Amino acid sequence: MHPTNTMLNLVSQGDIPHIRIQADERQPLINFRELVRYRELLLTLADRDVRVRYKQTVLGVVWVILQPLLGSLIFAFVFGVVARLSRPGKPYVLFAFAGLMAWNTFSAVFSRVSSSLLGNAQMISKIYFPRLILPLSTAAAAMIDFGVSLAMMSVMLLFFRSWPGWGVLLLPAWLIILVTMALGLGLLGAALMVRYRDVAHIIPVMLQLGMFISPVALSTLAVPEKFRFVFWLNPLTGLLEAFRWSLLGPDDGTLSLPALAYSIAAAAAAFWIGGTVFKQQERSFADVI
Amino acid sequence: MSSSDLAVSARGLGKSYVIAHKTARPTDFREAIVERLRHPFGNGRQEVETFWALKDVDFEIKKGGITGIIGRNGAGKSTLLKLLSRITAPTTGTIDIYGRVASLLEVGTGFHQELTGRDNIFLNGSVLGMSRSEIKRKFDEIIDFSGVEKFLDTPVKRYSSGMYVRLAFAVAATLEPEILIVDEVLAVGDAQFQRKCIGKMKEVGSDASRTVLLVSHNMTSIAALARECLLLGQGRVVSQGPTQEVIDHYMAEFAAVDSSEPGLFVPKPEPGKTFAVQTLEIFSRGQRTDTIRMGDDLSLLLTVDPSVHPSCRSLTIGFGIETATGLRVVSLGSMATSTEFPVDGGRLEIQCDAGNLPFNQGQYTIRVTLSEPNSPPIELHESLGILHVLPADVFGNGVFLHEQQGFFYWKSRWSHEFVNEYAGVEAV
Repeated sequence: MHPTNTMLNLVSQGDIPHIRIQADERQPLINFRELVRYRELLLTLADRDVRVRYKQTVLGVVWVILQPLLGSLIFAFVFGVVARLSRPGKPYVLFAFAGLMAWNTFSAVFSRVSSSLLGNAQMISKIYFPRLILPLSTAAAAMIDFGVSLAMMSVMLLFFRSWPGWGVLLLPAWLIILVTMALGLGLLGAALMVRYRDVAHIIPVMLQLGMFISPVALSTLAVPEKFRFVFWLNPLTGLLEAFRWSLLGPDDGTLSLPALAYSIAAAAAAFWIGGTVFKQQERSFADVI
Repeated sequence: MSSSDLAVSARGLGKSYVIAHKTARPTDFREAIVERLRHPFGNGRQEVETFWALKDVDFEIKKGGITGIIGRNGAGKSTLLKLLSRITAPTTGTIDIYGRVASLLEVGTGFHQELTGRDNIFLNGSVLGMSRSEIKRKFDEIIDFSGVEKFLDTPVKRYSSGMYVRLAFAVAATLEPEILIVDEVLAVGDAQFQRKCIGKMKEVGSDASRTVLLVSHNMTSIAALARECLLLGQGRVVSQGPTQEVIDHYMAEFAAVDSSEPGLFVPKPEPGKTFAVQTLEIFSRGQRTDTIRMGDDLSLLLTVDPSVHPSCRSLTIGFGIETATGLRVVSLGSMATSTEFPVDGGRLEIQCDAGNLPFNQGQYTIRVTLSEPNSPPIELHESLGILHVLPADVFGNGVFLHEQQGFFYWKSRWSHEFVNEYAGVEAV
């Protein structure tokens, strides 16, 4: 690790901004003032990410809707039609879509944030800006997808005449916990990937494994009792269940307070660890990348 | 000095990198696996060395005008730029910057190939620190300067490289920071555009409230633009002062340090190619050298092994002496004196005596061609040799020519006489 830290003091001296760059000083975990100064860059980069993703595609932004929809139709076919899984609650397409919506958001934020530094290596080595802008703008762009999925979900709920209860008001809370966890892991991944490109290969494997031990296509109740603890060890399980509870009601999701407390703790830990490692490595990104 | 006159000050500035030398590489797969298992996170057997790219650097740059930062490759120029523009952090020391800074280490940072020119103007502008409203305000100016109006809604990946650079520079040119840090961007684009850029730089540099730090290898543009220069050498400040003095210092140092085999040049080996040209040597005042003073004699010695081209029956040689920007100053060809060289006697040493060529000061490169008489070249060596010409009092009166006052000096005779006011009228 690089032995240096830099402190940027913005001391106003009359009307001339004075910047002091020094070796060996500490900065807070998140320098909010710097982030606010660079907020326009954050928005512009998020906008770029969204625009670029569907450039030179025929269907363009339609893919944002089509991808999760096709995913849930496949699930519906495999589990609903082929396996004839009988379960209480709402139609299986809704069930799968709600799960996928949450899982895809987690997976998109985690994996895209992880590669956000490497994908912008040129910018990092040529220009100064708070490095945190890159992961944050990437995460913001991924949230657009969530917004589209949510709209899609609303349409499907209307179509099936299924009304979520008041529990839906808690959805933003689950989303914040989910994104915090994904962002924390993503920051850790991004900082490590600058030095160890291996991380780029590990993350897809981790996500694949994660999907198998998360209640995405199946409810935790459908999992045999003796394996259920594996699911509950996964801090995402409580959140995915809560997502479904909010969107589809108690027949399709379980609201478990201990599981949610566990998720919150895991999200906080992930964010703190990811943020700290990112901060420590930040100053040497341009030297190593 | 009170800090209100200062734009930048650095004290005890240093930047070190840790470089790892691999002592032995695993040569086969099995060995590589064993190595990896033994040191799962290591990078092979390594020796670690600390390298100081910059060390104990102190300097102050006053507000207003353009300051050039010069030095040979590896002198620490780029590292200094990266520290000043906060891309990387110093290992030791402090930098104080008084004013808003924008740095331009390349043009088009953050440009995305898939996006249109219009999108990229906004993207690049905010990467450079402009606000959206500022970019909107300057949008017309940017388009005007770049001249790519027709292609504004075309993805930049379809742009020619010239258009790309023009658009990128146009965005950068509208920046209005108090301190602008620029790296070599003048080296891009066509001549007309370069003039435009230099004009822009001059405009910025003449504003007393704005300071420009310009790093360049191009002594001509440095001399034309910068009022003061900072010369770096081996990570330290070698000298700072008026531009011409520092450039002279640089040229002298360049000649002195690069002296393992001064004036001897060997073609760079290319895989699968054997060259007849073995060496090029530059002689002046009876010594082999790569540095002469203005007005000195110059002779070039070429060692050739014609057996490389067995089908060749006789040879002619051409030397082209060119400026750093590739402009041919003079061609010295053996055909001009109807000289051909025989190829049946083994290795040849061919000498070309150029006499006292009236070169102006500067750095020149020597291009060598080898041909059969009246045929296209069989061998071409671009920039095989480098010749430094140092300033000298060639007019004998202490008047020196600047680098941008032409490629050669020439003594001209001047006279005058008084002319009768009505001479023309009376003649009618």
